[in-house]
Amino acid sequence: MKERKEKRVSAIKNGTVIDHIPSNSMFKVISMLNLDQIEYPITFGTNLKSNKDGTKGIIKISDIHLDSDDLNKIALVAPKAVLNVIKDYEVTEKQVVDLPDKISGIVKCVNPKCITNVENVKTKFNVVSKKPVHLHCHYCEKITTQDLIQTL
Amino acid sequence: MKNKSLISINDYSKEDYLEIIELADEFEKNPNQRLLEDKVIASLFFEPSTRTRLSFESAISRLGGKIIGFTDAGTSSVKKGESLKDTILTVEKYSDLIIMRHPVEGSSRYASEVSKVPVINAGDGANQHPTQCLLDLYSIKKTQETLENLNIILVGDLKYGRTVHSLLQAMSNFNPTFTFISPKLLQMPKEYKLMLESKGLKYEEYTEFNDCINKADIIYVTRVQRERFSDPMEYEKVKNSYILKNSMLSDTKENLRILHPLPRVNEISEDVDSNEKAYYFTQALNGVYARMAIMTKILGLK
Repeated sequence: MKERKEKRVSAIKNGTVIDHIPSNSMFKVISMLNLDQIEYPITFGTNLKSNKDGTKGIIKISDIHLDSDDLNKIALVAPKAVLNVIKDYEVTEKQVVDLPDKISGIVKCVNPKCITNVENVKTKFNVVSKKPVHLHCHYCEKITTQDLIQTL
Repeated sequence: MKNKSLISINDYSKEDYLEIIELADEFEKNPNQRLLEDKVIASLFFEPSTRTRLSFESAISRLGGKIIGFTDAGTSSVKKGESLKDTILTVEKYSDLIIMRHPVEGSSRYASEVSKVPVINAGDGANQHPTQCLLDLYSIKKTQETLENLNIILVGDLKYGRTVHSLLQAMSNFNPTFTFISPKLLQMPKEYKLMLESKGLKYEEYTEFNDCINKADIIYVTRVQRERFSDPMEYEKVKNSYILKNSMLSDTKENLRILHPLPRVNEISEDVDSNEKAYYFTQALNGVYARMAIMTKILGLK
């Protein structure tokens, strides 16, 4: 008899599934996407076994699709995350998140003496490394490393 | 360079450095040219810096320009809570060029994005001070007749010292060999060493002075500040290891010159001052010529 592969997080009919989130970034992703404030059904699981990564987290959001700004945010803490667009229980689109070369207004500069933390100035970074993420501040020229990333 | 702000030493290319050096040399030979006669230059010092300010003011005065501005934020509208953006949007209406010193890092870059007139960064916190770097390059070129293939020792606070970081970045275009001498706590940050490695440039690293000074063409000294040490005992242990004394210079090369961005406290003994290898006060004078070159280039007058 064929062994049934049980789904640990139940399937959704329509919406977005974010897979391959590092377990330790799970709650960061939730807060970055403001998932605590949306009204659609969300199911998620973390510390799930993954053949590729040891453990992983997965988020399933029913009925909405994320725009590219949101995708950029995810790439900052979950660079290997995969986005699946689900229509009628089928994956219609699969997309690996990709950090753009420049990021504007999403992340806070780690340097407390940076102008962006002193006056009302939108942050701007050049992505100098994608894995691990290193962001070079356009203003103060300091590097914000992956472990210190805080989103605005 | 015309109409372009100078915020970071990385805004300029190797060719730009050489153009500024050549022009600074022209101004040194003939400093009293009335090129800025019909120009108004704003000098905004949100924190005091006597040396840099006087150097700019001297350069502007010798070229016949007018200066408006303030010498510390306490006497300006900043004290009333005005934002930097508002200050810049006002001052740009009154002037052809803004020179700005500000304690907040990245403030000059931001000002240059707000302002219609070009901005010269005269120091933004611990970040950049590009005119210092250009005068350092001019000083090195003048004393060594070249910028290529030099042996350069950087001494002191190599971790936080913005002048040494800018100098390292700029000189890395000219195939130098670097030697770093600093306490362990204040070593050259890894990112700069990686930059050198990626360019195939050699460097050595020591925690005290040794024979390496006898190979040097340039010794660039910076101050090791007490405030950098959380443990005062650590500071007491190392503080005397980074003082350059005249007796240490007896076997050094003929062409060696000692540079320092000033102000000096005790990291170069006073007995070095009379040695012809001491160059730091002439270096300060070179700042006037370098700043003349930078301002006239940006204003499109040269």
